[in-house]
Parts: sequence; structure tokens; C-alpha cells
Amino acid sequence: MPSHSTHLNPHLFSSDVEQIPTRNGYGDGLLMLGESNPDVVVLTGDLAESTRVLEFGKKYPERFVECGVAEQNMAGIAAGLALAGKIPFISSYAVFSPGRNWDQIRVSTCLNNANVKIVGAHAGISVGPDGATHQALEDIAIMRVLPHMVVVVPCDYQETMKATFEAAACIGPFYFRFAREKTPCITTLKTPFKVGRAEIFRKGKNVSIIACGPLVYQSLVAAEELAKSGIDCEVINNHTIKPLDEKTLLASVRKTKAVVTVEEHQIMAGAGSAVCELLCKKYPVPVEMVGMNDSYGESGKPSELLEKYGMSVKAIKTAVKKVLRRA
Amino acid sequence: MIIHDQKVRRLEKLANSIRRDIIAMLVKAGSGHSAGPLDMADVFTALYFHILHHRPKQPQLEGRDRLVLSCGHICPVRYAAMARAGYFPLKTLSTLRKLGSPLQGHPELHKLRAVENTSGPLAQGTSVAVGMALAGKMDNKKWRVYGVLSDGEHQEGQTWEAVMFAGNKGLNNLTFLVDRNNIQIDGMTEEVMPLEPFADKYRAFNWHVIEIDGHNIREIVDACEQAKRIYEKPTVIICHTIPGRGVEFMEKKYEWHGIPPNEEQAQEALRDLRTLRGKIISEHE
Repeated sequence: MPSHSTHLNPHLFSSDVEQIPTRNGYGDGLLMLGESNPDVVVLTGDLAESTRVLEFGKKYPERFVECGVAEQNMAGIAAGLALAGKIPFISSYAVFSPGRNWDQIRVSTCLNNANVKIVGAHAGISVGPDGATHQALEDIAIMRVLPHMVVVVPCDYQETMKATFEAAACIGPFYFRFAREKTPCITTLKTPFKVGRAEIFRKGKNVSIIACGPLVYQSLVAAEELAKSGIDCEVINNHTIKPLDEKTLLASVRKTKAVVTVEEHQIMAGAGSAVCELLCKKYPVPVEMVGMNDSYGESGKPSELLEKYGMSVKAIKTAVKKVLRRA
Repeated sequence: MIIHDQKVRRLEKLANSIRRDIIAMLVKAGSGHSAGPLDMADVFTALYFHILHHRPKQPQLEGRDRLVLSCGHICPVRYAAMARAGYFPLKTLSTLRKLGSPLQGHPELHKLRAVENTSGPLAQGTSVAVGMALAGKMDNKKWRVYGVLSDGEHQEGQTWEAVMFAGNKGLNNLTFLVDRNNIQIDGMTEEVMPLEPFADKYRAFNWHVIEIDGHNIREIVDACEQAKRIYEKPTVIICHTIPGRGVEFMEKKYEWHGIPPNEEQAQEALRDLRTLRGKIISEHE
């Protein structure tokens, strides 16, 4: 039986799989970074606790900047800090940063090629009860379109922590997003993570499921369930949306010749679109895209919202079956 | 650093040369802004030739003062001042806005490192300047940050976010110089979207405010000196200027905010500037 990577959480499919919010990985990662890298500066726009930077602020008050509710200024200040040699992390909800300060990120960060790290918390529809205004479903699109920008969507707590380290190590603009709610721990300390390198979490031969973020878990569950009906899915954790790991993705698609993309983001212009841009040039095959279908969300429980808006295990399975009919 | 009469006279003449450079650049480029660059020639001359600690042959000097231009559209005045200060040859000025030129229509850091920041979309430089000043404070650096802003960009919310932040942090290593020329693209600022009481707004945000004649080299220098001695807060120097200063048919006309002179108008502008130069020389004799 084809199985998932040996580096993954061995209890991945048990009903009591450990769950931690991905944002905690950012907070914990920053605490370690603070110690190892004196240039790291953390900024927030009145969201210290919920973006998990409060502890960094307590431990390193001289490198912590409370900007108040002013995301445009926060982005500009970060660019100024970066141009003077610092490594600033700006922490807010993705709807506000990069949602509200896109122009500042475009010019002051990206055109300057300033070493700013933009951290979008509460990304995706799974923010839940806060409703549509606070559910960032466009951030990947507006970040990946900017020259110089790296875009990363970690899948769980451990990977968010690793992304935090990598963000500090990469020189230049860097965006990563994470979720509010607890999500299953898919990876372990030993799971490889490198920006720009997609990881195959489950080997398979019929369909490539190319996913990012916490929905990698739903993708793995869907693959397990589909295996029972003889459909063998390869599940790729495509955490780096830009630059895309063309080699890994194309090797998988050459084998399977059918693709399902999965993301907690608008289908239009998001992570799946990035995959399609690659495939239409290098290896056109049928693709089905799981994500938000050109609408806004609403208040509700995360699981209810994923179900209603078509990003559940069931939706992924339906997409796999559909793409196989087209293949 | 005090300034002697002889140097004031020299800088006044230099500012006049920079104004002529600006006219020549704009007419060659065929597009760009006239009024703002002309009215800020005295400020940029004072900055590059007296106030700033900098080395043109070593633009990345660690201990340099940082000059952040927020209203990027007035860059011809900065380029001309930089060329005359020795950052690059004067002949480069004729490449303004041309393909492959380091002198982009709005300044771009990676085309010309010495401009410190990319700017154009208004208000962005305000926050960048504040961030640089904050970095300087974190590391106890002696260098200062000078931000040059237009008055019109105070209609952007971001400007006030930055002003509020700097006032809160008491960034005394930060000085803003505002070109209070009272014009913007669509008309007079007080008609488009009033900014007054302008100085009071800065005071309310905990800034030290100095108002000067933006065409008086000595006042510009003295104000920057005074700012260095204000320890508890950042300083804004409101430079009252005449838009299009030195070119009679452009002066005080908002219509000249965003357009260049044609060949014929340029000749007339240069004649005006020669007359102004004559006045400067005779006043001191």
C-alpha cells in the first residue's frame, strides 16, 4: 500500500490527532529567532496577542514595535527599518496586512526590494465566526503578483515555525500566512522544509493533489479514503506558492496526468492558478480547483464553512473523481 | 553648523543654477513636474551643501544622514542637487525619464542607490523615514533622518499615521521639511482640501514646529540646527515657498504643478532665472 512520508506525524489519521493553531508556530518561532538573530524586529498593529507576538514583545521590548491600528504606516516603517539593516516582521490579520497596505508593500517593500517579512494571520475562511470581513481569501493573489515577493503557506504548527526561521534567513520581501483555529499536526520536527521545494507527503499514481496550508490535512484524508475505492492519489504539500517548485510538480504530473489543487483562498489568481500557469506552459493536463469560488464567506464554525463553501474532504474527493473522468 | 554670509551667497547662486538645471532637464524629458522642484531648490541646496553629513563618492557611508524624499515627483531638484554635489556627472541629468536612465521619473532605489528610497505614491516616504529614524534610535546611531514632504501629501491618511507614530516615540533624530507651496494638481490646497491650521496639527501630534521662508538659505540652515537641539520630540520645518519660484510665468500657478515647459517657455524661464541670478549678486554687493 502506498503510504505517506515517514517523516510525518505517525498519529496523523487517528481521531485524536494533536491539533495546534498554526499561528502558535509563528510566536514560538519568533521567540527562538529573537535569541539567535539580533536584527529581528517585530511589529504589530494592535494585534500582539492574537498574532502571537506578545511573548516576543515581553522578552525583547527593545525590538518590538507597537504601531497601533495603522497598517499602512506599519508597512512603511518596516521598509525603513529594513533599509537601515533590520529584519522586520509585520504582524497583523491578512485582511489588513497585506489587504489594506498593498500599495505600501508594492512600493516601499517590493520595489525597494526591502528585507521585510509580512505575516498574515487569520487567513482563510476558517477564521470562522468573525465573518466575511475578516476572512482573507485574496492575500496569496495580491502577494504573488508582486516582483521580488516570496509567498509561503505553511500547513501546520511545525511548518509555520520553520517558515518563520526561513523568512529571516531569506533576504528580501517574504509573505507567509497562517490560520486562527487549531489544525492537525501533519509534520514533525524532522519533516523536511525548504522554501521553494514542494514535499510529497503521499506517493500515488492516479492524481496529483497539490495543496497548501492546513487543507493539506483534508487532502491527505481524502487520499486515504479514495485509496479504499482504488484511486491512488499523490499528495503534495506545495507550501511555496512563489517561487514554485516546477521540478517536483512537473515530475508528479507527468506520472499522474491529472491534478487537483487545494487552497483556502479564492480559486481565481491563488495557489491553484500558480500551478495552472506552470502546467499550461509546460505540461497541460486536466485540473480541478478546490477553493473559494468567487464569493465571500460568512460567520460560522470553521468546519461548517469549509463544508458549505466546498473546501472539505468531500469536496476534494469529488474534485478527484471529476478530474479522473476528464483525464 | 553655523553658516557665513559668504556661503549663503554662494548657495543662493548654486540654487539658481539648480533651477536652470531643472528647466533644462524638464524640457529635454518632455514630461514631469515644474513648480515643486523649482520651489524646493533652496531647501535641497542647503541640505546637500551645508546640512547633510554625507560623502557623494561614498553614497553608502554607514554614518551618513538619510535624506528621504517622500513626494517623489519633485525628484528633478534632488537629482540636480546630487549631480552638483558630485554623486554623478552633470551630463547624466539630461537622461531624466529616458529608457535605461538612473534618473527615473519618480526616484527608484535600485536605479540610484543614493536616493535612499523609492517614492512617488504620496505619503510612503513619511513612514519609511520614520522607520529609518527608529532603526537609528535602536542602535544609538548619530546619523539623522531628514524627510522632505509636499503639503498635498498631508491629505493622505498614512502621513498622519507616521506623524502620530513619530510624535509618540519622540524621534528627535527625525526632521521633516514640508514644501508648503499651497498648490496641488487640481488647484490650491485650501480649495481642494484645506490643510490649515497646518502647524497646529503637527503640534497636536507632539512635534516641534518651525515655520520659515523656504527660499531663505540662512533660515533653512538655522531651522535644521534648531531641530538638532530639540531633544524630546521630532521637528517639522514648514517651508513656505512660492511654487515655480524664479520663473515668473510659473510662480503661484497650480497649473504648473505637473507639466514641463516647452522649448519656447524654457527659454523664457532661463531668462527669468538669469535675471534672478543678477538680483542675487547685486543684493549682496
